[in-house]
Amino acid sequence: MQILFKNIDRKGLANIDIYEKQGGYQSLKKAFAKKPEEIIEIVKASGLRGRGGAGFPAGLKWSFLAKDVFPRYLACNADESEPGTCKDRELLEKNPHLLIEGIVATCYACQIETAYIYFRGEFQHASDLMDKAIEEAHKKGYLGKNIMGSGLDLDLYTHLGAGAYICGEESALLNSLEGRRGEPRLKPPFPAVEGLYGQPTVINNVETLCAVPWIVNEGGEKYAAIGTEKSKGTKLVSVSGHVKKPGNYEIVLGMPVREIIFDLAGGIREDNRLKAFIPGGSSVPMLTADKVDVGYDYESLQEAGSMLGSGALIVMDHTVNVVEVTLRLAYFYMHESCGKCTPCREGTRWMWQILGKIQTGEGVGAQVDKLLDICDNMSFKCFCPLGDAAVGPVASSIKYFRSDYDELIKKLEGDKVAT
Amino acid sequence: MFVFTSEEKNKIEKIVGRYPVKQSALLPLLTLVQRRDGYVSPEAMEAIGKELELSPAYVQSVMSFYTMYHAQPTGKYIILFCHNISCQLNGADELLKYTAKKLGTDVGGTTTDKKFTLHQEECLAACCGGPMMRINDTFYENLTREKVDQILDSLP
Ligand SMILES: Cc1cc2nc3c(=O)[nH]c(=O)nc-3n(C[C@H](O)[C@H](O)[C@H](O)COP(=O)(O)O)c2cc1C
Ligand code: SF4
Ligand code: FES
Repeated sequence: MQILFKNIDRKGLANIDIYEKQGGYQSLKKAFAKKPEEIIEIVKASGLRGRGGAGFPAGLKWSFLAKDVFPRYLACNADESEPGTCKDRELLEKNPHLLIEGIVATCYACQIETAYIYFRGEFQHASDLMDKAIEEAHKKGYLGKNIMGSGLDLDLYTHLGAGAYICGEESALLNSLEGRRGEPRLKPPFPAVEGLYGQPTVINNVETLCAVPWIVNEGGEKYAAIGTEKSKGTKLVSVSGHVKKPGNYEIVLGMPVREIIFDLAGGIREDNRLKAFIPGGSSVPMLTADKVDVGYDYESLQEAGSMLGSGALIVMDHTVNVVEVTLRLAYFYMHESCGKCTPCREGTRWMWQILGKIQTGEGVGAQVDKLLDICDNMSFKCFCPLGDAAVGPVASSIKYFRSDYDELIKKLEGDKVAT
Repeated sequence: MFVFTSEEKNKIEKIVGRYPVKQSALLPLLTLVQRRDGYVSPEAMEAIGKELELSPAYVQSVMSFYTMYHAQPTGKYIILFCHNISCQLNGADELLKYTAKKLGTDVGGTTTDKKFTLHQEECLAACCGGPMMRINDTFYENLTREKVDQILDSLP
């Protein structure tokens, strides 16, 4: 079932004429024939959840916009920086008009006249392509004043960040968009009430907004009929690591992880044994191979002890030492901690230092417990979710692969005795 | 001395016009200078501050938050070599070492001919094509030693 990736590899899809020929921008006619509130109801009924990581229901979020406060803004989150995740980039580069169409429909529903797409700084190329697509859409009257006679005026701009993972967090993104350091803001107030320039703001991930045209065209119920009870619709999954055919795959939510890895992605390289997988990007706990039959959906992955996150399935075969991978992720979170709050700033540094010691052979068994201690001291005590994200890989690697730690410590202790 | 050309002035006016608050144009202007000069000098910070009615110190404090702005001149080509998990699993570490050796520079350094600056980088959203690197605006995926050779040797 292809909703987001329909015709994704068609040549020239990024061109507006070709996009229109395959049905592009049709949802706007449908949307404009209804009242804005009705569109919100349709998206609520669809059960569409945010695809950026948190999985919050999109329609519900829109309905939280402060009543009668204008202007309102939309910020599309194209920061895509969660390690393992590369699905938004494919949508942005191959099908920019799908996102524009989704943004116009969303802005109509939420009565928004100014929208920004916040790209991570390294997406200069995607942002240039988007600028071109925006210009085309303006010329055809899908953006600008009184779009298709609907009365909606909408300006859409691209905005580039400049290298900072934390700017994917929505309130940090807003600070960055306002020309400040990309540090998170205290919540509440939530962006729907006080967001960009202090005004009500909708923030959604690229993939979330790209699902909106289909939902408007086909109806919320039809979307809700796809997937599982709590996980509706389709999801892009970035499958990377030790698989034969890494890539972005669109799945119906609920598909067993086994099918994603072994059918879609061709199985493990060199027919090695599956050791572990991270189902939803680097910030979620890793799982062991025996969990491979779990359904890829929000509730099943949660039940299995992890999360769907951003939809990045990172696959590791039996040759991997989990400590090495965890050390790299610990480095990442230390590097990306914005430094605003102490548990995260200090905790991420400590974890990285200890893991480094274990890796290079200066480690002793007690340090693994120290790591768990730090995890404990960080969990739910940080200012923003990055702190908890940093705990995910470390805590889960110890929980499920303690033997990798012990082996390394024993082996290195053995080496020391030998020399 | 740092000056914006009249063409750039027009561009700046257009950029500033996208936002209800001038300060929002700060990152776009820093990017403009970074792309033009390869770094952002103190004079440039002052000029940007003037355009947006911000103090140079404020410009500097924002700029220092973001890793893509450089206060010192960089090479003609900035190589961002991803070493994060998906690329690591597919041999990025070894290939990054190889690239550094080939260029004769340390990771983080610039070649003596000022052609290349090599950075180890966090995930660049090309995980399904790891190992990968970004050189200026272009992504290169599924890298091997041969590919690295071919790409680096072909850049003018
Ligand atoms: C540290 C951190 C990084 C994040 N990075 C991204 C990102 O790159 N892209 C994204 O869409 N959401 C990211 N998020 C989630 C956003 O805060 C926000 O929930 C999301 O953009 C909302 O859109 P959605 O409801 O459509 O998913 C991140 C959150 C955190 C805490
Ligand atoms: S948890 Fe980390 S990233 Fe978030 S505010 Fe604190 S220091 Fe910054
Ligand atoms: S891990 Fe290298 S691009 Fe994502």
